[in-house]
Amino acid sequence: MPLFSRRYYDMHTASPKIPRVSKKWQQHDKPSKAAIPPWLINSASLVVMGLLVLLSLSIGVADFSWSGMLQGLISHSANADSSLMLVSRLPRTIAIILTGIAMAVAGMIIQVVLKNRFVEPSMVGATQSAALGLLVVSLLFPASTLMVKMSVATITAVLGMMLFMGLIRRIPPTDFLLIPLIGIVFGGIIEAVTTFIAYQTETLQMLSVWQFGDFSSVLAGRYELLWLTGGLCVIAYMIADKLTIVGLGDNIALNLGISKRQVTWLGVGMVAMMSAMVVVTVGMIPFIGLIVPNIVSRIMGDKLRRSLPAVALLGASAVLLCDIIGRSIRYPFEVPVATVFGVVGTVVFLWLLLRAPSEA
Amino acid sequence: MPLPFASHVTSINTDSDVCSYGKLTRLWQALAAHPLLVASTILLLSALLFLTLNVNGHWDFALPLRGKKLLALMVVGYAIGVSTLLFQTLTHNPILTPSLLGFDSLYVLLQSLLVFFLGAISFTSINPIAKFILEVALMFGASLLLFKVLFSKSSQDLTRLILVGVIFGVLFRSLSALIARLINPDDFVVVQAASYAQFNTINPQLLGISIAICIVTAWAIWRWRYQCDVLMLGKAQAINLGINYQRLAFGLLTLIAVLVATATALVGPVTFFGLLVCALTNRLASDMTHSQRLILVSLIAMICLVLGQALFEQVLGMAGVLSVVIELAGGLVFLILIFMTHRRRV
Repeated sequence: MPLFSRRYYDMHTASPKIPRVSKKWQQHDKPSKAAIPPWLINSASLVVMGLLVLLSLSIGVADFSWSGMLQGLISHSANADSSLMLVSRLPRTIAIILTGIAMAVAGMIIQVVLKNRFVEPSMVGATQSAALGLLVVSLLFPASTLMVKMSVATITAVLGMMLFMGLIRRIPPTDFLLIPLIGIVFGGIIEAVTTFIAYQTETLQMLSVWQFGDFSSVLAGRYELLWLTGGLCVIAYMIADKLTIVGLGDNIALNLGISKRQVTWLGVGMVAMMSAMVVVTVGMIPFIGLIVPNIVSRIMGDKLRRSLPAVALLGASAVLLCDIIGRSIRYPFEVPVATVFGVVGTVVFLWLLLRAPSEA
Repeated sequence: MPLPFASHVTSINTDSDVCSYGKLTRLWQALAAHPLLVASTILLLSALLFLTLNVNGHWDFALPLRGKKLLALMVVGYAIGVSTLLFQTLTHNPILTPSLLGFDSLYVLLQSLLVFFLGAISFTSINPIAKFILEVALMFGASLLLFKVLFSKSSQDLTRLILVGVIFGVLFRSLSALIARLINPDDFVVVQAASYAQFNTINPQLLGISIAICIVTAWAIWRWRYQCDVLMLGKAQAINLGINYQRLAFGLLTLIAVLVATATALVGPVTFFGLLVCALTNRLASDMTHSQRLILVSLIAMICLVLGQALFEQVLGMAGVLSVVIELAGGLVFLILIFMTHRRRV
């Protein structure tokens, strides 16, 4: 004999209707029982990265022997091997690592700020606007210092992203693939304007240096600006929790007392600075910021404080690997890393797109 | 969700409001009722401008040169305009264009692949016409494959379809760049130049075969114009009304592949030009029949190229800029169309 009427009983024990969450987010939010701990993943990628660094240091056109270099370093007498290492190979490898970290972290930040898995700095107009700003400042004030050029590029990148965010404000978040599509066309339009200006002023050569990411011209004294991106990544790590909360949605952020506007602006500013620095020193490299965060999220979920180090490490490894491929595929010539990434990145992106849950 | 085509709204001029209209408005309406006539006139004037601006008396030298260029521009305009319009009919969608989904990047990739496998030396010694026919044949197979890949997944999700197409285009371009580097780094610049659209440097060797292709395709398309009209109603409706859908779709795809190959071989890949002229055509046409729009789209595309090239080359003195300007305008049109369809959906 039941204590309560059937209806009452049902009312209180029936499971509440859970709103349907798309499979993608369920995947990210539920770390499975057998999840690999982050420290293990990170140490594994650190080992891989170490191997890639050694490879990267030993590949090159010039004759080079590790023993000769070590002798030179121990005896403090600069011989050919050690100077080659210190002037060309080591700076190049450091620049690659920093670029990879910067672009991957910037991609992660912009994905969280726009709440969209399929964007990256070159799909929100950031890198293209930075190149436009660089071109304009180089034409108007050719004598300006690198810092001034970079600041102008940062400002134009922020402006470009603001324009883009204004454009997509009217699009409902349900159609999440529309945002990268509009972003690609938007970036293309900015690029067309830049090309037009460069064509008229006969500076296409200068522009192509910024538009095609390439590490072949990196030497000691030409890449040090990139160290600043490392500092920005530390800041990103410090505000990781705030970014995560903002990524959860406006209402949740409001409830938890996070100023969405402030964090968004901080994120946009950081992405703009990183894009500007990378474009100034090595040039645009597409798809890093898209692929790396997606892969890491699939493994580790969306808690930024936990996943950012992995994003940084994987970004560095990815660029190292693509640069090594580019250097060895047609030895002794080099294929720019942007071209290699254009192939590898699009293939991974297509795979992500074709297995993403449908918006319907 | 297939989108309805933007139907043109004609205002009906009844007797009661004649007096409220000014002469200009009436003239405008008269012009809008005969878009083909107006477009032909403008094209004729543009062609005259193109042939005669700044000749300065060197007629015997300038006319043959410019005549060739004029023909080439018109061929390109026809090929791009018609192929885009047919593609939109086939996919039942006024935003999709073959070049947006990476079809012309595919052609550039095929070219570089051929060079890679046949070797640069033997490749240049092949008769250009034979080479072109080989490329078109390959292009046809590859287009079919790409079309299948793109539309095999439910094409309901339009945004994903376009995005996948765009990314395929980026992939093909990157692969071409990679192959160009692998062939010979010194020749890289030459290949790089071939993968950008240029309207002022047109390959004259292919002009003869291109014109022949245009005539043949025009004849084939003109025979199908009414079937295309029925196809505009949607696939199910068309089959219901007795259209042999498989055969028609296959035939249209063949024509599109050939036309895309022709246009790309002449000037290189142009992403948004087809979209631009088709959007203009759909706005300006007095009805949506293919017999009108096919001619109109060719005329509009030719006007854009001929008038634009005449202005940029002779008046402003910047020959290479037209493609950039066209891409800019087309990109803006694409964004506007996206936002418009979105508003319609809400």
